[in-house]
Amino acid sequence: MAIALLVRSAANRVLTEAVEVTIEADARQLSEVLSAGGMSALQLAVGEKSRHSSGGVYLLLDVAGRRLAGNIQERPASFEGGSGAGVFRYRLAGRQGRGAQPDEERLAAGIQLDLDGGGTLVVGREIESQRQLLSSINRSLLFGLGAFAVFGIVGGFLLARHILARIDAMSRASQAIMAGDLAGRLPRNGSGDELDRLAEQLNEMLARIERLMSGLREVSDNIAHDLKTPLNRLRNSAESALLDARGAPAWREGLQRTLEEADDLIKTFNALLLIARLEAGSIAESFETVDLAEIARDVAELYEPSAEEAGLSLAIITPPSVPTRANRQLVSQALANMLDNAIKYGVRQAGSPSVAGPGILVALDAEGDTARLSVADRGPGIAEADRKRALDRFVRLQPSRTKPGSGLGLSLVAAVAQMHNGSVALEDNQPGLRIVLSLPLAAGPLSVANSDPNRSRARNASEHGHSD
Amino acid sequence: MRVLVIEDDREIAHFVAKGLKESGNTVDIAEDGDTGLETARGTAYDVLVVDRMLPGRDGLSVIQILRAEGNRVPVLILSALGEVDDRVKGLKAGGDDYLTKPFAFAELMARVEALARRSAPEESTTRYTVADLTLDRLTHKVHRADQHILLQPREFRLLEYLMRHAGQVVTRTMLLENVWDYHFDPQTNVIDVHISRLRGKIDKGFERPLLHTVRGAGYTIRDSAD
Repeated sequence: MAIALLVRSAANRVLTEAVEVTIEADARQLSEVLSAGGMSALQLAVGEKSRHSSGGVYLLLDVAGRRLAGNIQERPASFEGGSGAGVFRYRLAGRQGRGAQPDEERLAAGIQLDLDGGGTLVVGREIESQRQLLSSINRSLLFGLGAFAVFGIVGGFLLARHILARIDAMSRASQAIMAGDLAGRLPRNGSGDELDRLAEQLNEMLARIERLMSGLREVSDNIAHDLKTPLNRLRNSAESALLDARGAPAWREGLQRTLEEADDLIKTFNALLLIARLEAGSIAESFETVDLAEIARDVAELYEPSAEEAGLSLAIITPPSVPTRANRQLVSQALANMLDNAIKYGVRQAGSPSVAGPGILVALDAEGDTARLSVADRGPGIAEADRKRALDRFVRLQPSRTKPGSGLGLSLVAAVAQMHNGSVALEDNQPGLRIVLSLPLAAGPLSVANSDPNRSRARNASEHGHSD
Repeated sequence: MRVLVIEDDREIAHFVAKGLKESGNTVDIAEDGDTGLETARGTAYDVLVVDRMLPGRDGLSVIQILRAEGNRVPVLILSALGEVDDRVKGLKAGGDDYLTKPFAFAELMARVEALARRSAPEESTTRYTVADLTLDRLTHKVHRADQHILLQPREFRLLEYLMRHAGQVVTRTMLLENVWDYHFDPQTNVIDVHISRLRGKIDKGFERPLLHTVRGAGYTIRDSAD
């Protein structure tokens, strides 16, 4: 609308200026004729212009007001009595004008000059065609605007209806999801436009929530199961001791068993709480500069006799030093859990092909900005499909659950990794399981001698006197 | 031994007091921080057992004030908060040992005894002897009945800790904390296997065993003829 008005006023201004310039030029030229040749020369010139000029409007009157020359009949009414300028209506005199009816009234702009020595000259310019052009522009603009408005309204209505229909569909889908259909997803049309992308992102969010929910459900199922079983055992041992006819000695035994069961429950709760705290990231301020190689050697040394008792040799390969920022207790505990797992499940299967090398290998290497601390065994390993699940809370892949343990060991490793911005991977050791704990190395230059790994087999380490 | 228990949970306070009394100790109980602080100032105790969370003045503040006043009484902190940095904060405040609830009484008893004994000037001792077993802290040599025994560094530290607390019960957790500096529960019986290895070196082939298992509590090294 604003643009249409602008076009109209610009057109008007250009035309008006052109008219003014022409009128002034005409008037100046006629004034020069008067100065040079007097009234009779002017009369001739006006007569000439009146016959040949197209669009020019002229009238020359003598002192008495009689018409001497010109192409209009009479002086415009607005110019009576004195000089002036303005817009006026006129009728053509005689046969002038191209295709115009003689009696047709037309619009002109002009000036009136009082001549030296009496007489009056009116010089003007017909602006009827300009008026018609302007009104034609007006009509076009109005029509354009109208069409524009109609198309805009109709198009906008259709577009809005289309978008609203899609939003409506999304709203219905989300209501179904809110009503409990967690598998539901928002509809997509595949166009890749903003709405489609929004639906895609919301669907990804829903998928993640669904995974978390099912994980949570699994965890609470497992918690219920894993805490109910020892509680049952605890209750049974207390009851059977109480019913035992032997009296005091049986009570003592029963209480002893009850205590052991209670201790196991407490351990499970402690592990759960620790994992929850690690996942909340609340103890990141406890990081210090530690040497991962030293941690690996120390924990391997702690577990080496237990591994040997289980019939497994334990070897360690590590560079002399791998310094990084970490929580020593938690990384040690993670490695302890990895070794605990290897000792429990890493016993070679009967009939499996014998492989050279140690039963359990602890390896540490630093590459780029990551340290990889791994524990590999030669046991049955974990099927690829189960590997991800093995890191979940309370998941114990052996359905019988005969081995002691809370099912939280590897979840804690995962939580420790996450807290250190690292990761855990379960890999195929061909045969066996390799658990890899990757931790980011401290920024800055490190004195890591990768090229010369200090290989030592703990079980074969020669005995020597204490020397520190 | 005279012990002050500052603990607002009456059940835990009486559980601890009962056990300590049955072992022949004198026990006082304070139920809040300010009373505990006043009681500790007025009497010479061998050990304080202080709960971290107390009504009014909290446990750590009680310990800090006592330490600022020059009171060196050994303190065992009890806490429901057992994570890494909680322990560090507790020890920084001036506590000597830290025990997480819930705990076995045997664990608390062993730690209280170790703390009470600790006030003796042990650091100047260069040689521990139990029956015919000797450990020299300067030369790092161990002998039994004039026979030199070769130990790995960690085995030496394990024996050193046991002999420093000769005659006392030492729990698995105490060994894990003091010999390995680990403050977590290693699930499997890793300590038992280390003890059995050590036993194989110092007791095997000798008539009288010195390293004993205390059922439901831990280990002790002592001359069984005592």
